[in-house]
Amino acid sequence: MATQHSRAAARLMISPAVALLLIWMIVPLTMTIWFSFQQYNLLYPDRTGFAGWSNYVYFVTDFRFAPAIRNTLVLVLGVLAITMIGGILLALLLDQPFWGQGIVRLLVLAPFFVMPTVSALVWKNMFMNPVNGFFAHIAKAFGGQGFDFLGQAPLFSIIIMVAWQWLPFATLILLTALQSLDREQMEAAEMDGAGPLSRFVYITLPHLTRAITVVILIQTIFLLSVYAEILVTTNGGPGTASMNLPFLVYLASIVDNDVGMGAAGGVIAIILANIVAFFLMRAIGKNLDA
Amino acid sequence: MGQIELSQVTKGFGDVTVIPPLDLRIEDGEFVVFVGPSGCGKSTLLRLIAGLEDTTSGRITIDGRDATDLSPAQRGLAMVFQSYALYPHMSVRKNIAFPLKMAGVPEEERARRVEAAAKVLNLTSYLDRRPGQLSGGQRQRVAIGRAIVREPKAFLFDEPLSNLDAALRMGMRLEITELHQRLKTTMIYVTHDQVEAMTMADKIVVLNAGRIEQVGSPLELYRRPRNLFVAGFIGSPKMNFVTGPEAARRDAATIGVRPEHIGISRDGGDWKGTVGVAEHLGSDTFLHVTTEHGMITVRAGGEVDAAHGDTIWLTPDPAHVHRFDAGGARL
Ligand SMILES: Nc1ncnc2c1ncn2[C@@H]1O[C@H](COP(=O)(O)OP(=O)(O)O)[C@@H](O)[C@H]1O
Ligand SMILES: [Mg+2]
Repeated sequence: MATQHSRAAARLMISPAVALLLIWMIVPLTMTIWFSFQQYNLLYPDRTGFAGWSNYVYFVTDFRFAPAIRNTLVLVLGVLAITMIGGILLALLLDQPFWGQGIVRLLVLAPFFVMPTVSALVWKNMFMNPVNGFFAHIAKAFGGQGFDFLGQAPLFSIIIMVAWQWLPFATLILLTALQSLDREQMEAAEMDGAGPLSRFVYITLPHLTRAITVVILIQTIFLLSVYAEILVTTNGGPGTASMNLPFLVYLASIVDNDVGMGAAGGVIAIILANIVAFFLMRAIGKNLDA
Repeated sequence: MGQIELSQVTKGFGDVTVIPPLDLRIEDGEFVVFVGPSGCGKSTLLRLIAGLEDTTSGRITIDGRDATDLSPAQRGLAMVFQSYALYPHMSVRKNIAFPLKMAGVPEEERARRVEAAAKVLNLTSYLDRRPGQLSGGQRQRVAIGRAIVREPKAFLFDEPLSNLDAALRMGMRLEITELHQRLKTTMIYVTHDQVEAMTMADKIVVLNAGRIEQVGSPLELYRRPRNLFVAGFIGSPKMNFVTGPEAARRDAATIGVRPEHIGISRDGGDWKGTVGVAEHLGSDTFLHVTTEHGMITVRAGGEVDAAHGDTIWLTPDPAHVHRFDAGGARL
């Protein structure tokens, strides 16, 4: 009696929050879907009305669409690879006892607090600039020539920038997981004759799987929507070399003033994200239970 | 073979000396128990032997070979940890096979030896489970299984039973002792529980603050404790200590009498006292008696009819009175 009563009360009390969240999500989603079926170009305010699937057809048949999809996936996978491998190595390093551990761990986290636009601009102007950049200076010191990162390898450069930002996140989560590894387990493995590499493969890595799963899931969600770094560095170019899906949506709706087509791109991005999420959950989600 | 010798071994962590210079010889096939209060350095000593800690100075030899600088794996010893330290993501089978896999034993032989070990330890029906799906006692057995497949020179146990409940503890105590009878391999067993020490050991090493207080068979320690510490530590309930005139009368600073070596009478005896708590166990009765020499615990056989507040007389058995000097050493 009392529990039923309190359960009803609990539902009543959380309902405003639930309703707010639902509206928060439903309204933009519905509007996006609505616009994606409308003729809505800011340059031609007179042309309105139902557009059918034409916005989708225009978006998908756009010559920039295929490269954008490919770049989106390359970007996500590239950053994931760098942050996972780098994160594990850094976490292993930071897990060792050394002097000044606390401060170093704090500093490692720093890139995560730098805004994406700021970090991308710093990378672009202070490191990757072919004339005045730090890398160019190093190359010149060895008698070489500055490399035009953003011109010659735009997608790679953006992957580096984004990976730099996400490395601390991966490192931190993995370090926390490492620290929860039972020391006696390691010692038992040592007594069982496992060398450092075997201990890593058979003890450490299995212990980390859950943390690795979490990092991959969270990062993928954010990496699918990388945008600011591209805007302030390459603008998607040269050509379509560094254009991803969110950036193409921006070009369609803001630069081309075609809100309807942009909305259609947004819906496609949502569908793509869900497909990726589905496969991710299938592939690694089973690590989360048990 | 499994003969281990420590000579002048010391261990310090920073400025703190945990093990002052220590000599100890463990013969092949012996069941040796390190016993002492918590924090006295038992685990540290065991880890020094295992090679999980480096000695600060001194020498450890195993079967006559200097092992001081050998890695844990090279020493050929197996250890069972207090937390069991099983690999949680591996099945029982893989856990037990792990040391063999690391040693490069071929697959078929590995399977054969795992089956054999599982049979000895009654684990056959659990081989495909994960450690998380086992009870405490079963996990303990898996840990032992992982140790025995390697056929080590010696087994090291660090308080292996302290996470089990009382009934299981008794059972595992017997199983480990039986395992020793069958394998005849050297075992070093660490515990803070003197009952485990007394029941299992061939040889007990009593430790206090990193020092060896006494080494001997359980009954030697019981009959002739070398000092007050050993006298108080070995035996349950604890030995009674009396100082003052009663001790002086026997030319000692302190005398000790075990509860089972005190006679009781209603009519007369050496010490007059009032019964406090009486613990009736059926087979025994423990009386806590307040006397002018302090609280004395008496173990009376069988069912004794004594109640709170009764006046009784106690008489220590003169043949079993232990005498100690002012420094605590046996006289
Ligand atoms: N890694 C360590 N660093 C510093 N002190 C330690 C370390 N390991 C053990 N000690 C100290 O050594 C003493 C003995 O510890 P231990 O061997 O674990 O005792 P026991 O196993 O007899 O309870 C304790 O005082 C403990 O604080
Ligand atoms: Mg201990």
